[in-house]
Amino acid sequence: MLRYTLRRLLGAIPTVLLVIVLAFIMVRAAPGGPFDAERALSPDVEANIARYYNLDESLPRQFFRYLGGVLQGDLGPSYRYRDTTVSELIADHLPVSMMIGGMAMLLAIIVGVALGIMAALNRTAITDRVVMGFAMLGISVPVFVLAPVFMLFLSVKLQWLPAGWSSTPGPSKYVLPVISLALPQIAYIARLSRASLIDVLSSDFIRTARAQGLSQGSIVRYHALKPAMLPVLSYMGPAIAVILTGSVVIEEIFGIPGVGQFFVRGALNRDYTLVLGIVIFYAVLIVLLNLIVDLLYGLIDPRIRARR
Amino acid sequence: MSFFRRPLVLFSLLVVVALAFFFFPREGDRPDPFDGLVVLDRALSSEPESLDPQLARTTQAADVLRDLGEGLAGYSPTGELVPAGAISWTSAEDALSYRFELRREARWSNGDPVTASDYVLGLQRLVDPATAAFYAGQLGSVLNAEPILRGEMAPQSLGVEAIDDYTLEIRLERPTPYLVALLTHPSTFPVNASGLNERGEMNVNAGELISNGAYVLEERTTNTLVQLRRNEQYWNNQNTAIDVVRHHVITEEMAELNRFRAGELHITSNVPPESFAQVKEEYGDQLHVYPYLGVYYYGFNLTKPPFKDNLPLRQALSMALDRETLVEKIIGRGEVPAYSFVPPGIDNYEPPQFSYANLTQAERNSIARSLYAQAGYGDDNPLRFELRYNTSDTHQRIALAAQSMWKDVLGAEVTLVNEEVRVMLQNIRDAEITQLFKSSWIGDFNDAQNFLGVVEPGAPSNMPGYENEEYLELLRNAASNMDLERRRLFLEEAERVMLADHPVIPVYFFVSKHLVSNDVVGWGDNLLDYHYSQHLSLKPGEQARP
Amino acid sequence: MKTAIARAFAHRTVLVSASLLAIVAVFAFLGPVLSPNDYAETDFDELRAAPTLSDLHIFGTDNLGRDQFVRTMLGIQVTLAVAFIASFVSLVIGVLYGAVAGLVGGRVDAVMMRFVDTLYALPFIFFVILLMVAFDRNFLLVFVAIGAINWLDMARIVRGQTLSLKEREFIDAARLGGVSLPGIIWRHIAPNLVGIVIVYVTLTIPQAILMESFLSFLGLGIQEPRTSLGSLVENGVGQIESASWLLLIPAGLLALILMCFNFLGDGLRDLFDSRSSA
Repeated sequence: MLRYTLRRLLGAIPTVLLVIVLAFIMVRAAPGGPFDAERALSPDVEANIARYYNLDESLPRQFFRYLGGVLQGDLGPSYRYRDTTVSELIADHLPVSMMIGGMAMLLAIIVGVALGIMAALNRTAITDRVVMGFAMLGISVPVFVLAPVFMLFLSVKLQWLPAGWSSTPGPSKYVLPVISLALPQIAYIARLSRASLIDVLSSDFIRTARAQGLSQGSIVRYHALKPAMLPVLSYMGPAIAVILTGSVVIEEIFGIPGVGQFFVRGALNRDYTLVLGIVIFYAVLIVLLNLIVDLLYGLIDPRIRARR
Repeated sequence: MSFFRRPLVLFSLLVVVALAFFFFPREGDRPDPFDGLVVLDRALSSEPESLDPQLARTTQAADVLRDLGEGLAGYSPTGELVPAGAISWTSAEDALSYRFELRREARWSNGDPVTASDYVLGLQRLVDPATAAFYAGQLGSVLNAEPILRGEMAPQSLGVEAIDDYTLEIRLERPTPYLVALLTHPSTFPVNASGLNERGEMNVNAGELISNGAYVLEERTTNTLVQLRRNEQYWNNQNTAIDVVRHHVITEEMAELNRFRAGELHITSNVPPESFAQVKEEYGDQLHVYPYLGVYYYGFNLTKPPFKDNLPLRQALSMALDRETLVEKIIGRGEVPAYSFVPPGIDNYEPPQFSYANLTQAERNSIARSLYAQAGYGDDNPLRFELRYNTSDTHQRIALAAQSMWKDVLGAEVTLVNEEVRVMLQNIRDAEITQLFKSSWIGDFNDAQNFLGVVEPGAPSNMPGYENEEYLELLRNAASNMDLERRRLFLEEAERVMLADHPVIPVYFFVSKHLVSNDVVGWGDNLLDYHYSQHLSLKPGEQARP
Repeated sequence: MKTAIARAFAHRTVLVSASLLAIVAVFAFLGPVLSPNDYAETDFDELRAAPTLSDLHIFGTDNLGRDQFVRTMLGIQVTLAVAFIASFVSLVIGVLYGAVAGLVGGRVDAVMMRFVDTLYALPFIFFVILLMVAFDRNFLLVFVAIGAINWLDMARIVRGQTLSLKEREFIDAARLGGVSLPGIIWRHIAPNLVGIVIVYVTLTIPQAILMESFLSFLGLGIQEPRTSLGSLVENGVGQIESASWLLLIPAGLLALILMCFNFLGDGLRDLFDSRSSA
């Protein structure tokens, strides 16, 4: 297990390097530069700024200068947010994103799996239809509609919850963002776990178990649940990443200081270092999450572990 | 089956408990850190990217910096130039040098007196190539500023000198009638040397930034909040009413409006166009709409056909654009139709207008049609071109309206191209595929030269690629003329010449739009849209936060 | 007995959602032809008119006085195109890639999945911006781009499922019996993947549609004056209170379409299910 983990981690190094190279090329290939604005700078000023950020060097030199910095843990200065470095920006804003993303994910898994199981076990009953109907709604409404509607009714009309992050130091500011973020995921996971459980329940070994006279409860608990969770687990890696970046809309609408917003903004602002920094961070995160998911997979399904 | 009923109940309970925990009563939310303080909540439409006065670029950063710092001069709530760090100034006969007498009681937030050498340091830092300041070109007319900027002279040779601790002299390369207005800009603010590190970088951390304005920086979260606290050392501290200013960064206009309506903001930075009518009805008394120093225009690419050397065509497009309809029905937020490039209300200037400004739209349309024919186009040979604008709802609506006006009146086939702003700017600069493009100019200070310089041949801001010797000559004459009246005539003549050439189609002049809570006292509408927090106060009794 | 009921119900769900989708599609393509209005024609005297029978503005007009009915129908066309093209792209690439990776396993699997990890870690928005710039904003490319992103999820899920299928006895039996790799994929893996793939495709279709609207949100979606349901909804959000029909009608249709796809997927799934167990 340990050796496997180590091997995977070492194997991730080329991945991350490749990501850096590709992202660097793509970032630089995009038209326009970080300091372009409708109010054009005079050539002298532009030259001074380019020199300040070493943007006057050749691209390969800039790349190796950047890579050298990254190896020393320096992700460079942000071009747009001149008072901070990219490392500071990520370090300052990651906890908030993690917190909201984590809470949303937790909520989504608990409620989603519970709903999925409930629906799967009551397939012809009204429960299934109600639950799945809810799941459908959750999937069918874009977050950028959901969030403003929540805000309009719960914050503006009823004034139960704050509309903006910076308006209160208390925990109530988490409610709307977390729910808005979790709702589509709940729907997603409910559907996935329902489909998967139904699948497993109709498989041969469950039928054998049933033939042996085991109760539905213990069949589900001891035999069906674990394999049924595999697709849900498979979805976890991408889902967490999706939540982290997919929170762009939420962060924008509620004014939340997370990293998601920097992702798109950095790209639109041609904030090269910020985009590269987030890409690198994101790449490392994905590699780790996938590793964790695969390890968990092994834990749940011993046959896979044995094959390693 | 029953097995799943139980954990489900448990799960649901857990969720309910978790939610209930969130649904704390709102008063309990706040172990009020602002107890007994007067707190102003106002909005910024984007992140103030730097609180180092010399490094800042956006108007949002300048808004915060005007609370934090103070230059030689400032503005009153209604936009009159008033003394600030200086109490008076005089200019020499030849108008090539200015002497400022500084305010002796002015103090930095660490207690140091604000002296003339601090101003010298700030101005030298601005033009120093090593600082890489965006506004470094702002002081181009100060002696030696341009060679310093190009790295040909040392920053110390800048024509700015501390005669003594409280007397500052600025020497100029050429007369600059708007110099004092320039010196209200944050990029010219003084700098406290003890706030700089060995590489000349300013410490802008919350609690450590040394400032000389009415407020100090208390807390800062990128893209969310800049919180300022009263500067006890400020010379006018006893007249500052607001203790804590919270600048909330809110990029989504709808979210901003919602937060105002939820009572979380006293002042908004904008009003979303879709909600304007509704806001007007609901919050009419709190809605402030006022002319703003900015012009929205469409620029031609004058270096390529079809617009190169085709004045009748350019004029036809300009005339066929029904600005009144556009302004009233499409934008509808109190904007003013533009028939000149320089906005109305500029000091010492009367903008000349297009010859057709006073015709009816029907008359304009019929002239436009004959000009269009004269340019060689018609029903069997319609003009086809692309209109570029950067992605935004408002730009899009205006472009769509323009498209249909040009189609209806002239039969021109316009293709709309919306591009991400940097892609568009690159395309405009390349001047290859760009034909007609959306742009705008926001004045930095109240002077016509600031607008006419936009399309000055050779200037980096001249995106249409306008060339006209006569125009250039008139601008030069104005720049070297100290007599305000004669300068005015030169500038007005210059605009007349430029308008006749139609290098751009001015569409409308901006207005500033704010929702200002009834609790706010001391708000003044002004052309520059500057609203210093130190001029504001909250109604007694309303000081507890909403 | 139970399976018969399930099958009947599944049939009904499939029938209802499929016919609803068909009706919507027919309307979307016929509506603009039958309506006297044009999707791009502005009317500055009829801005944001509420739904009315005059001039047949049955869905009202938008900010520019354009007929919302025709625009909505046009939006549905685009949205349906997004759904089909993007899902098809992701389906084909994802299933092939995932099945091969899972089945071959070992080093090939590791390399293939590392490649997927790498692509996952790329900033999608750049990909799209570059694509839009390089190819002059051809809107078909948006769909292909979305599909090309979505196949990653599909590949991972299919691979995961294949991995566990591979452990089953019948695959070993087939392999020992000398069945070739393509044969195993086609005869043994693919049929067993149908359920999960269909469920996943039904999840990708809404995903693709939502992704398109997210792109519209960022201004990288379809070029005006053309439109999609996503950008109509996005435009409507700001006017919930002042002109609610601009949000409610497109949002309702969007939800209806997404739900139909979802129910269709579920129904089909149940149908396959009951057949394979019958």
